[in-house]
Amino acid sequence: MTVTEERPVTEVGSPRRRKEDGRLVTGRTRWTDNISLPGMLHLAMVRSPMAHATITSIDVEAAKSSPGVVAVFTGADLGDEQGSLPCAWPITADQKAPPHPSIAVDTVNFAGEIVACIVARSAVAAKDAVELVDLEYDELPVVVEMAAAAEGGNLTHPDLGTNVSATWVFDSAEAGTGGNVEDAIRDAEVLVERTFRQQRLIPAFMEPRSVVCDPTGEQTTLWSATQIPHILKLMLALTCGISESKLRVIAPDVGGGFGGKLQVTPEEVITLVVSRRLGKPCKYTETRSESLLAGHHGRDQIQTLTLSATRDGIVTGLKVDLLADMGAYLGLVTPGVPILGAFMYNAIYKFPAYRFECRNIFTNKNWTDAYRGAGRPEATFAIERLMDELAVEIGVDPLEIRERNWIKHEEFPFSTVAGLEYDTGNYEAATARAKELFGYDALRAEQRERRESGDPVQLGIGVSTFTEMCGLAPSRVLGALSYGAGGWEHASIRMLPSGKVEVITGSSGHGQGHETAWSQIVADRLGVAFDDVEVLHGDTQISARGLDTYGSRSLTVGGMAVVAAADKVIEKARPIAAHLLEANADDLEFTGGKFNVRGTDSSIGIGDLALAVFAAHNMPDGVEPSLDAEATFDPENFSFPHGTHLCAVEVDTETGETKIRSYVCVDDIGKVVNPLIVEGQVHGGLVQGIAQALWEEAVYDDSGTLVTGSFVDYLVPSAADLPHFTTDRTESPSSTNALGVKGVGEAGTIASTPAVVNAVVDALRHLGVRDIEMPCSPHRVWSALQHLDGDGSSSGADTPTEKTYVADDADPSHNAQLSGEDAGRAAADHGGLG
Amino acid sequence: MIPVAFDYTAPSSVADAVSALGSDSEEIKVLAGGQSLIPVLRLRLAAPTLLVDIGRIPELRGITDEGDALVIGAMTTHAEVADSDLVKEHAGVLAKATEAVADPQVRHRGTLGGSLVHADPAGDLPAPILALDAELVIAGADGERTVPAANFFHDMFATAVGDREILTKVRIPKHTGWGAHYEKFTRVAQQWSIVAVAATVKVDGGSISAAKVALTNMGATPIRATGVEQALLGRAAAGDTVKQAASSAAEGTNPPTDTNGDASYRRHLANVLTGRAVLAAAAN
Ligand SMILES: Cc1cc2nc3c(=O)[nH]c(=O)nc-3n(C[C@H](O)[C@H](O)[C@H](O)COP(=O)(O)OP(=O)(O)OC[C@H]3O[C@@H](n4cnc5c(N)ncnc54)[C@H](O)[C@@H]3O)c2cc1C
Repeated sequence: MTVTEERPVTEVGSPRRRKEDGRLVTGRTRWTDNISLPGMLHLAMVRSPMAHATITSIDVEAAKSSPGVVAVFTGADLGDEQGSLPCAWPITADQKAPPHPSIAVDTVNFAGEIVACIVARSAVAAKDAVELVDLEYDELPVVVEMAAAAEGGNLTHPDLGTNVSATWVFDSAEAGTGGNVEDAIRDAEVLVERTFRQQRLIPAFMEPRSVVCDPTGEQTTLWSATQIPHILKLMLALTCGISESKLRVIAPDVGGGFGGKLQVTPEEVITLVVSRRLGKPCKYTETRSESLLAGHHGRDQIQTLTLSATRDGIVTGLKVDLLADMGAYLGLVTPGVPILGAFMYNAIYKFPAYRFECRNIFTNKNWTDAYRGAGRPEATFAIERLMDELAVEIGVDPLEIRERNWIKHEEFPFSTVAGLEYDTGNYEAATARAKELFGYDALRAEQRERRESGDPVQLGIGVSTFTEMCGLAPSRVLGALSYGAGGWEHASIRMLPSGKVEVITGSSGHGQGHETAWSQIVADRLGVAFDDVEVLHGDTQISARGLDTYGSRSLTVGGMAVVAAADKVIEKARPIAAHLLEANADDLEFTGGKFNVRGTDSSIGIGDLALAVFAAHNMPDGVEPSLDAEATFDPENFSFPHGTHLCAVEVDTETGETKIRSYVCVDDIGKVVNPLIVEGQVHGGLVQGIAQALWEEAVYDDSGTLVTGSFVDYLVPSAADLPHFTTDRTESPSSTNALGVKGVGEAGTIASTPAVVNAVVDALRHLGVRDIEMPCSPHRVWSALQHLDGDGSSSGADTPTEKTYVADDADPSHNAQLSGEDAGRAAADHGGLG
Repeated sequence: MIPVAFDYTAPSSVADAVSALGSDSEEIKVLAGGQSLIPVLRLRLAAPTLLVDIGRIPELRGITDEGDALVIGAMTTHAEVADSDLVKEHAGVLAKATEAVADPQVRHRGTLGGSLVHADPAGDLPAPILALDAELVIAGADGERTVPAANFFHDMFATAVGDREILTKVRIPKHTGWGAHYEKFTRVAQQWSIVAVAATVKVDGGSISAAKVALTNMGATPIRATGVEQALLGRAAAGDTVKQAASSAAEGTNPPTDTNGDASYRRHLANVLTGRAVLAAAAN
């Protein structure tokens, strides 16, 4: 049973096509909504149309007597059993948080909040009864705009006495990691002050959320389209007062998450509680409309920044004042999202002084939480936009200003002003390569020509030299930040008697390609065939320990746990091999899946050892008959991927239309396990980041109604909207993990947004435009050109639609349309997805 | 997709369809390609008691040459219209607008008749039908009647077709040899028009001898830019003259304000896009 078949010299580094793709692409697999159990009941949710109101009465009688309806539950019916949805990240000791019932009890705090749950024999019957629930409300003042909410006025939660949940500060002078930023500002030769808005975004994963709960049997089993089965199991047990050992959570194949499924949702709690009450399996699957309305949102910050510099463009200090919109409640990691950005505003630069202050604000909108990049895209956007602005002030090329300030490759490891230690990186190399691929100088020449000839289509070039911290996270650091859990990951390996290998990972892939990548790692480590490795995940009874998938952590942390477990297998096998080969264990070397007695041709393969151990007929004394091993890996540091992204955008000054002409990115993500998977992650990430720059925005009207409640108005791009991406890599392996890997799940999203907006602004800079608020819609671009200030300059925020930070440029009548006549269009565009 | 329960019938002739529409079911809806109706049902924004599926009526399908006009059956799909050599040759602006509708899946199910009766202000087909001075044939209990396009579109989502009537066909006078262009402005490729312009022009010896221009989504119904049409007559089919004539396209329009732009931006777009549409039409 030794390994004889042909395989690449090393699996790691080879562009294997993903083993999971066949079933995922065809859908011939177990998605949660495909699960059907005997006697299963169906849930439908009644949601509040009001953003802020007291519930004065709920009449469920008509719904209860509707055909096929088994039960109707209100918040009062669930009582204590529903608990309060958990927030695992109290960022300050005095953080304010309202109770967060899954079904609202007496007040609703955002439009879309669940007010009752129908249980019926069929999904149709449940849906029919939703309309029969009669609710009466007393309206309360609606808090929509975060900036106003921060200053007082109407309160989202009157009981809290304030709209400010918490204020969190990092100051390099206090932390001892740098100087005092106020001194830097006082002494500045050049000051750049800007305010940027990170619009609200919707994760828009492909598979809507779905949950099935089976309470029959000794353990209750809950399937959910979640990124976090392990965290969910613990949190559901604690929230609903169920013994953790009586609960099994399974994340079967999951169709994307982007942070949107990093949550303990009301729908999960309700399905669990209701199915246990009724003693019957229950299913809830959301519609696309519900997904957009009530799945948590992302971003939504206002960033006020002051950058001080010398006349030569050397940055002397950076001050960041942030407002972050929590929405109505604190979700699992809501308050911590801006904090994840706090360490990244200094980015790849050597700033001597830094201060960050964030106020987390409640409003009557859906709550925000992690969305691809979580905090780091916001930080990267702000600093990369600012560096472009500084370059203009100083009068140098944007790449030049970066080079004057960045950490040189020989300066690594580098302790940053935000208190992190960057292990490795080479910004010069990535930038040089990107410039070459982009044809930077030729594009600049074309830009000059177009400016001189007054071409109605202007050309802009955008730069983003980003870094991020990922591989979340060293547990001690999370502890210092008051996060409620650690950042380790777990893996175990089972050596089966037939020579096959089962790898059980605590990471919970939902489209990333873990099954393929982990197989490649284990194939190399144990010298077995790629196809002989089976990766199991997502079921808490199979993968008992784990902290799941988010924050580009799976490979750097979860992959390292797999490596550690594989190394333990080899060490467990060694004495047994020595025994069977009648050799001294110290004389054995393990290569290519075999133990060789050094200097002889005597050897035994790992598969043969697995069979020998299974039979256990001939074991050395005192050695257990098992090669199986498990390991928990806690990273010693974050990892710091980086890269240089260059974007050329054509802007039609007559219509405001933008068109990406070319996009080049050179990423340094350390060692690469599977270049094909990396390419996929980069492409998808770029699209999501570009979409923030140009298209996506969740808009609420003044009454707190989500205007962009369908894909007609919430513009998710398709391949037709994007150019060919030119991607390449440079490689400076991470020195803090044995694989040398850094993580790539969020890189594209973090880097691309500022590259695109910098390009749009660059195209119009000579006409007096200084900023355009995201998304840079044709209307906003055109408006910026119409509203140039007297001095010929325009910050996008000066235009009528952009003077406040609320997304208020939608006519509320449009919303009336959406719920009325125009609904055909709203409905048509996402008809295929529900 | 979980609509409210409804009865369903699929007649095989227009006569049977009309009599089904005459039944005493409370709220009856005609189902054509379903690309607008099914989503409405799915969101439960309409709850008809009876659906009359007109997809199995052969006489409602197809494109025929009737001498000085083309006749297109209401159930002819967007894909069939866009691919038709007859339509390309004699009603080019309809072919171009139809190509701009949605994506291939939608174009293979959605129908010309469905788009016109649905009458979404942002829908792409009403404007070219208006520009081409088409006539629409409507069947009902009292027989058939013909309505000119100029009188067909009453309001957003409201046309001359009554609740218990069927649009059977569209008769389009041939515009053979006219240049045509549909200029559709969107933010992402797959989107309803923010503004669009249907233009078809006849060019004789470098100058415009006839012009028809209609605007999409500049009001509740499609709008003929008659001022532009007149201003173009006898003008050179060249940049500045056309742009100048087009600069009044938005006059008298009442466009909507929404997340894609306010009314004044739409007016500006209509002027710019009209110039571009006419120039492109004149060039082919
Ligand atoms: C994702 C998506 C994107 C789209 N994008 C666009 C776009 O960019 N531009 C665009 O113009 N359209 C777009 N559409 C709409 C598409 O063009 C539809 O085909 C069209 O609106 C309706 O045609 P239908 O045959 O599907 O009609 P149906 O949906 O079956 O019917 C629509 C309405 O018309 C009535 N009706 C239909 N036919 C008749 C008839 N012969 N007599 C009487 N009443 C009738 C029905 O009762 C119903 O009220 C899109 C649709 C989808 C799903």
